[in-house]
Amino acid sequence: MLTELLEDFWAIREKNVIKIKELKEQGRKVVGIYCTFCPNELVIAAGAIPVGLCGTRDEPIAAAEETLPRNLCPLIKSSYGFAVTDTCPFFFFSDLIVGETTCDGKKKMFEIMGELKPVHVMQLPNLKGDGLYFQLWVDEIRRLRARLERELCAGISDEALWEAIDLVNRETRAVKEICDLNRQDPPALNGLELLAVVWSKGFSADRSGVVDMLVRLKEALVERQFQAAAGKSCCCPGPGREATSVPQWSRPRVLLTGCPVGLGSEKVVRLVEEKGGAVVAMENCTGYKTLELETGREHDDPIVALAHKYIRIPCSCMSPNQYRLELLERMIADFNPCAVVDLTWQACHTYNIEAYAVERLAAEKGLPYLHLETDYSASDREALKVRIEALLEMAR
Amino acid sequence: MVFIGLDIGSVAAKGVLLTGESRHRLLLPTGWSPGETGKNLIEGLLRQSGLRRSDVKRVVATGYGRVALREADRTVTEISCHARGVAAAYPDAGTVIDIGGQDSKVISIGRGGKVLNFAMNDKCAAGTGRFLQVMAAALDMDIGELGEAEDPSQDVTINSMCTVFAESEIVGLLACGISRGGIIAGLHRSVGRRVAAMARRLGVRERVVLSGGVALNRGVYRALQEELRWSVTVADDCLFSGAAGAALLAGEMD
Repeated sequence: MLTELLEDFWAIREKNVIKIKELKEQGRKVVGIYCTFCPNELVIAAGAIPVGLCGTRDEPIAAAEETLPRNLCPLIKSSYGFAVTDTCPFFFFSDLIVGETTCDGKKKMFEIMGELKPVHVMQLPNLKGDGLYFQLWVDEIRRLRARLERELCAGISDEALWEAIDLVNRETRAVKEICDLNRQDPPALNGLELLAVVWSKGFSADRSGVVDMLVRLKEALVERQFQAAAGKSCCCPGPGREATSVPQWSRPRVLLTGCPVGLGSEKVVRLVEEKGGAVVAMENCTGYKTLELETGREHDDPIVALAHKYIRIPCSCMSPNQYRLELLERMIADFNPCAVVDLTWQACHTYNIEAYAVERLAAEKGLPYLHLETDYSASDREALKVRIEALLEMAR
Repeated sequence: MVFIGLDIGSVAAKGVLLTGESRHRLLLPTGWSPGETGKNLIEGLLRQSGLRRSDVKRVVATGYGRVALREADRTVTEISCHARGVAAAYPDAGTVIDIGGQDSKVISIGRGGKVLNFAMNDKCAAGTGRFLQVMAAALDMDIGELGEAEDPSQDVTINSMCTVFAESEIVGLLACGISRGGIIAGLHRSVGRRVAAMARRLGVRERVVLSGGVALNRGVYRALQEELRWSVTVADDCLFSGAAGAALLAGEMD
């Protein structure tokens, strides 16, 4: 039962290519999204399908480097590479692409991507709080609303927007409940399973269907933990479980933080698990970074409500970015890790520099800390392995 | 009881055999087959000590070739092994700097050689033995001759961190008539600067002990001390710190 549920998550991406194609043929519109800053609720309220776009694999990077500089973050190169080689089906189906100015590299890449498809770029302030910065962000969300209405030929009513807000809030809660099961020792999910669940959900055309899948998965995981506590066998070989034979309970618990990770760019998660560690929690974009954030009902205007939620995302593009450290501190208390791995994709200056503050936090908590700067390629696997193994030896 | 530690580096393979009373060591070039070299090390150590394979309780392997060894009972990273090996010889050590063939690393250690933190060079060869090896070749010398051949009185700076670019840089310097001794001193300063920066970033704790094959080069040792502005001890038997640590850890495992 649990195995099938997990397999459903591994299969979301593939299944939804066909589903989205069918829905397209029936006249539904598709909006492609790269980043958690994009208010999905607006797309849902417009009756369109918000879908994650490919950008976590190494394969199309060579093609991207025909246009983009080599010393750019692999996520930007991969995203553009998939688009320009027409190998991301979700990009192909998208009527509009939404990007954000989360970094200079992306901002300039989106200008070039605009030659392939209509791209709407949201101008993101790099400061939280009230005043002009917040007003800019509210205006940007209104501008996105207008663009979606125009591009998709659909009205977005406040009523539909509140409904979509409820749906996305429910999804956030459902994901968080699953992630929180990993507070226990042994964790409910290994690192690759956790990644498959949190990352794959973004490719689904059926949002409320995904919420149901998440709820069912949570129930099955709780059931397994219950049985394990009662002394029954809990061994559940499934995709990602074959990586190593080290039992879950004897693995040093690792908290992963830093740049976004997805399937295809999971090499650090995989190496930690292969070397006998357990990635129990991920403070990154697909993971915990957004899970405490729900859109509140205290504002009359749903756009203002959305603006309050999204501006809080503790992306390293925000300055200062205190909430990330607060979140990490809470996660260290809740998930009880033995070590912290901080992943920076090559040329991501903001996460690279924030590593300084994360290292200090880890030191304050007495936790071994490892900062890795790498890209999507396999070229430095051996070098990463030594560092990760040494970290786990320190944690044991 | 008898324990063996093997440190299969990118250039040299080191083995240490420990009995309760004696210690045997053996050095071989790693060559193209780390697995085969490891086997030869064990056989050589057994011959040296007059012991049989069945006398050996446990073999621990470290170094980049550690995974290629079928004979190893366990593998441990170079980080933990160097820390353990140096701490055994220098109980007051706080920092280990190991400059090997393809890696250089700085390890902060506590009591008993417990690893507190560590830093390693990135993907590239800057600040490693490989860097010196390539430069020695460009100067038509053997890497072992560099230490004696330097002329530190000359103020030559090698700016390129990249091994390939540094090679062109010294070709250019030679063309300008700069002496070989001056260039070698510049190369040693380059390695010293690179490793010292890594150490300072991690935080230097006394006493600083230098291990690894490059520690045998007096020029690098001098440059490192100058750049670091700390006094540095070259480990006795600096080539074997990692292997000795592996052998000690072999004896401490359950």
